[in-house]
Amino acid sequence: MIDPRLHIIGKRLENIKKIIAVSGGKGGIGKSTVASVLALCMAKNGYRTGLLDLDLSGPSTHIILGIEGVYPEEDKGLIPPEIDGIKYMSIIYFAGNNPSPLRGRDISNIIIELLTITIWGQLDVLILDMPPGISDSILDVIRLIKKMEFLVVTIPSKVAIGVMTKELKILTELSIPVMGVLENMRKKESPLLSDMIDDLSIPILGAIDLDRAIEGATGNVDKLTETAFFKQLNDIFFKKQ
Amino acid sequence: MHEWALAESVICTISDEIVKNKLNRISRVIVKIGELQQIDLDIFRFALDTVLASYEPTVEKGSIILETELSTLKCNVCENEWAFGENIKNMPGDEVEAIHFIPEIAHTYMRCPACGSPDFKIKKGRGVWIESIEGEI
Repeated sequence: MIDPRLHIIGKRLENIKKIIAVSGGKGGIGKSTVASVLALCMAKNGYRTGLLDLDLSGPSTHIILGIEGVYPEEDKGLIPPEIDGIKYMSIIYFAGNNPSPLRGRDISNIIIELLTITIWGQLDVLILDMPPGISDSILDVIRLIKKMEFLVVTIPSKVAIGVMTKELKILTELSIPVMGVLENMRKKESPLLSDMIDDLSIPILGAIDLDRAIEGATGNVDKLTETAFFKQLNDIFFKKQ
Repeated sequence: MHEWALAESVICTISDEIVKNKLNRISRVIVKIGELQQIDLDIFRFALDTVLASYEPTVEKGSIILETELSTLKCNVCENEWAFGENIKNMPGDEVEAIHFIPEIAHTYMRCPACGSPDFKIKKGRGVWIESIEGEI
């Protein structure tokens, strides 16, 4: 018995130059906000950008970016709608705002199905918003997407960094490229992160200060691009180059 | 025409198997179509034939056989088993269509008819898969 979907995924992604999986061990550390705002940064800097929300039980990038009332176009697959320069795909097109209680096998099947039927076309960058943890979703994207690198998010907390370190170790063991660690919700300068991951030889890309304005900007792209969060993330990715 | 993407995956698989097993001729491919995904067989067949002509013109259209399989869903809580066909008549069209695109969305809109749990297994008849590919070296 052969799953034919596994044979087409490489072709579906072949015209995407860079795939970045935004992850991090713990929930509530701002992964989805980083993924969403990073997609906005990329689009605003002229990159052809896609965003795929793979947090299947708790999708939220549509809320952050204020995406509603759109649906993929059917043409030899599903073509994601483009909103604010971002081609956007999420389970919300199918599940709406209803809960989707899923076991691991179902999560794997949904990820495979989305990668099979989504027609991204030419992209400079595709950003994946990953769920917390190192279970099915991460194992599946590692298995299915060959040219991908991880952007690992944490907050300056011993607990969050401790859990993230486990993810960094498994990615390193599997020789999966990690572009670096991004510190989110920073309140003050601290060596905590660099001290705790010093032995892993993974770069710290930078830090984003705790930005209380982000909640008020959620759902409004114009307001998001005015936040300090957007500016700091944009500087981390574009000012250094 | 979402069927097209799945048909393309079938042809892509046949193409990969031809190379992998150094096949000169494909004699028979059995493709199973699960009830849950509600594939339109006419569109799927048309897509298969069209994609086949561009990918693998040496493979004859008639060598791909489509077989449908009824679904079996099994509740993880009470072990009740039922078929999607028993649910569909009471479901709104948009929910049925969502399951067509992503069969696991059944967990969003369906519940075990016996105990009401969303925690069930798609035991049989999920989507499209290849049962066998026969060919000659």
